[in-house]
Amino acid sequence: MTAVDFLAFTRGPLFDVALIIFIAGLAIRFVEILVLGRRRDFSEPRRGGFGSGLRTMFSRTLPETGTMKRAPTTVVAGWVFHIGFLVTLLLFVPHIEMFQAVLGFGWPGLPTPIIDFAGILAMVAMVVVLINRLRNPVMRFLSGFGDYLPWLLTFLPLITGWLVFHRLLLPYPAMLGLHILSVELLMILFPFTKLMHTFTAFLARYYTGAAFGRKGVQS
Amino acid sequence: MQIDETTPNAARSAASGDDRTLGALLAARGVSRRAFLKYSSYLASLLALPASMAPAMAASLAKAQRQSVIWLSFQECTGCTESLTRSLSPTLDDLIFDFISLDYHHTLQAASGHAAEEARMQAMEAHKGKYIVAVDGSVPVKDGGIYSTIAGMSNLDILEETTKDAFAVVAIGSCAAFGGLPLADPNPTGAVPVTELVTDKPVINIPGCPPIPEAMAAVLAHVLTFGILPELDSLGRPKSFYGESVHDRCYRRPFYDRGEFAESFDDEGAKKGWCLYKLGCKGPATSNACATVKWNGGTSFPIEAGHPCLGCSEPGFWDMGGFYRALSVPTGDVARIAAVAAGAGVVAGAAAGALHRATKSAARGKHHTVTVEELEEK
Ligand code: SF4
Repeated sequence: MTAVDFLAFTRGPLFDVALIIFIAGLAIRFVEILVLGRRRDFSEPRRGGFGSGLRTMFSRTLPETGTMKRAPTTVVAGWVFHIGFLVTLLLFVPHIEMFQAVLGFGWPGLPTPIIDFAGILAMVAMVVVLINRLRNPVMRFLSGFGDYLPWLLTFLPLITGWLVFHRLLLPYPAMLGLHILSVELLMILFPFTKLMHTFTAFLARYYTGAAFGRKGVQS
Repeated sequence: MQIDETTPNAARSAASGDDRTLGALLAARGVSRRAFLKYSSYLASLLALPASMAPAMAASLAKAQRQSVIWLSFQECTGCTESLTRSLSPTLDDLIFDFISLDYHHTLQAASGHAAEEARMQAMEAHKGKYIVAVDGSVPVKDGGIYSTIAGMSNLDILEETTKDAFAVVAIGSCAAFGGLPLADPNPTGAVPVTELVTDKPVINIPGCPPIPEAMAAVLAHVLTFGILPELDSLGRPKSFYGESVHDRCYRRPFYDRGEFAESFDDEGAKKGWCLYKLGCKGPATSNACATVKWNGGTSFPIEAGHPCLGCSEPGFWDMGGFYRALSVPTGDVARIAAVAAGAGVVAGAAAGALHRATKSAARGKHHTVTVEELEEK
């Protein structure tokens, strides 16, 4: 298989397969959670849960002062990573072209030097959180395969993408093929790993917020 | 590499019937020394050689004798020959035809039929081990290679016979270098590139549909001057021409970096000359010198004319998922696939959720509260 065949395969049939698993997997897991629902709460609500639920989806995204004091590295590097990653993923024009093909609509992108910088920030932050995890005995004890795999699945698209952009290491078609392959791996395993938190985190926050709201407690 | 008068030169000794040196030949044709030196420095610059090497190159070329070239045309469209012979600066690029003795070439030779084949055999005999075989077109190998024959011989047999005693083989154009159009899906004739068949001789690939004429001229000049092949990349292409991507040298690159793209062929962006990535430009994946050497005597190149790069000098460019599809866009019908997958996922998720609910309520239904008395009985 030549580099070009490989690229054609990753852009073609393999992407289709990855897309099916990714989308169907996301839908299955999400709908399953929703259908399962929560136990009926018979108590009389003090306040409506809906508004509180929505608010909590955002408020719990912001770092809490206590956590910031206890684990500043996790908070700062975590934020830097998430922003860098999302900027690279969502605001790089070639990526937007891909989203447009799948979703039917696109949005404006950012100049490439900014994307380049965001990608580097994301990778540095990922290395920092990994070292932090390995150096902290408690975190290391709590971490297993299920934590390291998502790290790798996220890091590979970043590093290969950066190498494609700068035309390093391998000829462009081969490197682009590898980049797409790494994204497909991420897509295929996404619904079945902790990466699912991208979506379920907000659902969980909503549930918590809504329950607290009913009880009239601040969340 | 040091070049002096004693530079061993395999190609130089490849004397053709006319044993005058190139210098003598050019002088007889009225080409001034100055014009020749200018041409040499032009070639040297194309080959990314230091300017100081141009006089040495000129001296070396002047002393060389004409290089015998046998040109084989297989499954091709003659576009490569057209590209070479119609270059707009005849005083410069046509000079290459003075450097070589084109002993066999379907389109350009006067002889035809058996006389033509006779010329090929004669050249092979006279310059054994020294002649260069240029090939344009791919070679069909399916069904014993019957899909393209010349004088009753399959391309496969002619290639084998002709390259056996060659000094080197130059695959000109994407068909010869990578299979090109004949090899494109579904490849009905079982076309293969030259490198797949010639494994015991050095093969230089000069891909492009067609290749830049200067690349061909400069590579031949390199062989004539130094007697060795130029430095090649992993795909057998001379690095001096194929070392950089079209994208990296494209004058529209600042627009790409700023995020300014033409969205269609006639929108404001297109009129302002913005980047053609979204219109399918393959410049980022294409290694060629179009953006620097340009075409038609340095006039322009496709992107300058407002059309995205097709990536014609890369392997398999016909099957890259469409000329007008951006490189980052998947080639399948992804919007439909995503919609169907989402629909199926929702249904499956609802079913799984309902099943869990049923299990849960069944378990709750079976549950009965144990009283203290019951416990005490046991
Ligand atoms: S027009 Fe093509 S080669 Fe030029 S900058 Fe845009 S994508 Fe790159």
